[in-house]
Amino acid sequence: MREIETTAVTDLVSRFYQEANFSLPADVLAAFQNALHSEKSPQGRKVLETLLENADIAARRRVPLCQDTGLAVVFVRIGQEVHLIGNPLAEAINDGVAKAHREGYLRASVISSPCFRRENTGDNTPAVIHVEIVPGEPFDIAVLPKGAGSENMSRLLMLKPADGLTGLIDFVVETVEIAGAKPCPPIFLGIGVGGTMDRAAALSKQALLRPAGEANVDLKLADLEQEILARVNALGIGPGGLGGTVTCLGVALEEVPCHIASLPVAVNIQCNCARRASGSL
Amino acid sequence: MTVNLNPPLSAGDIADLKAGDEVLITGIIYTARDAAHQKLAELIEQQQDLPLELEGQVIYYVGPTPPSPGRAVGSAGPTTSSRMDSYTPAILSKGVRATIGKGERSEEVIAALRSHSAVYLAAVGGAGALLAEKIVAASPAAYPELGPEAIYRFEVKDFPAVVVIDSHGGNLYNSGRKRYRQQA
Ligand code: SF4
Repeated sequence: MREIETTAVTDLVSRFYQEANFSLPADVLAAFQNALHSEKSPQGRKVLETLLENADIAARRRVPLCQDTGLAVVFVRIGQEVHLIGNPLAEAINDGVAKAHREGYLRASVISSPCFRRENTGDNTPAVIHVEIVPGEPFDIAVLPKGAGSENMSRLLMLKPADGLTGLIDFVVETVEIAGAKPCPPIFLGIGVGGTMDRAAALSKQALLRPAGEANVDLKLADLEQEILARVNALGIGPGGLGGTVTCLGVALEEVPCHIASLPVAVNIQCNCARRASGSL
Repeated sequence: MTVNLNPPLSAGDIADLKAGDEVLITGIIYTARDAAHQKLAELIEQQQDLPLELEGQVIYYVGPTPPSPGRAVGSAGPTTSSRMDSYTPAILSKGVRATIGKGERSEEVIAALRSHSAVYLAAVGGAGALLAEKIVAASPAAYPELGPEAIYRFEVKDFPAVVVIDSHGGNLYNSGRKRYRQQA
């Protein structure tokens, strides 16, 4: 059995939440660079150049990449041989988010009661936390600050099995078309297929953790990702929505088994500010 | 084409702008998000005095991060404009000549831009760190009780934006998409 003090979890979440808000992952920057070569619209290329320059300024000056520093989505994989000592895990994670908010001058973007009292919680907590228990002793954590502009344009549909892949692809393309310029394109797509409604949604978010440019290990699913990417880029929305050939920089699709009568499809749109940071204790 | 804009703007300054033009704004612009829009629209509806003169002004839809010590403003890129759509015709009726945000606008806003001789500008969403470099000073202008949603007065220098909807109905989101769309 391995013992981990939850104060270490707090520190790690704070560090990752800040790091994610100041520096884009290398794979995302590489995707911008590649797009700069393939984008046909001059105005679209200018948007991509702006985003590269923005990433440079943010990292050098420690200014958040985007003013919407996100709702904290935190993925934890805990080995069942791990014993956590100290605060409850959720509290430790939320302490980390609050610490990042304070130390990194991040925005408080969370309200307590969406139905009645839309009051700001003041420290950007609580986080949305996904926990997975796995064999052995690992403790892995991934932090994904999620902006509302792109989250608000995400959609889920319970398709009929008869709708098949055509129905699935059409739904994704329609979702991106409706989103237009609102989710700050060029976007990334996380797609969750299968499970139940809730499982598909969580899976679509988890898919966004996959580095840009990395295909699904299943070749058939990798082909499906490519087909969706081509269809979405044919929409012409382009960087900033100003028109162009690069609307989407990457599609990550994950599937899990589901009921014989179901075909749940969740499309989580991620903006160009595709922030994430991860590591282990 | 790049056009320099120095607010306050007249209807004449706006008339020649075409969807697709790039602009650089130097001077004073005002921030406003959902809560401030709601308050302004209410006052306009009740025909009461406004806390600031809107004639000729430029409104920027932004909710910046808190500035770290020594900075005028934190990260400050555009927020999604459609949340302000229902209040925008009222705001435009008071002479606002340009709004800056990101994303599509409603048909009502497009019609109001035309009838009130105003334009809709887009700044690059996700470029908050870069856009903040163009904001040289910031001070509260109205509704300080709204905290981060208060109206701020920004002094900007060469703040970059693109004309998306002009005062003649030209719309870059539509024409750009059409131009690069590939038939399946
Ligand atoms: S959608 Fe993303 S890039 Fe756009 S404003 Fe929101 S967080 Fe920033």
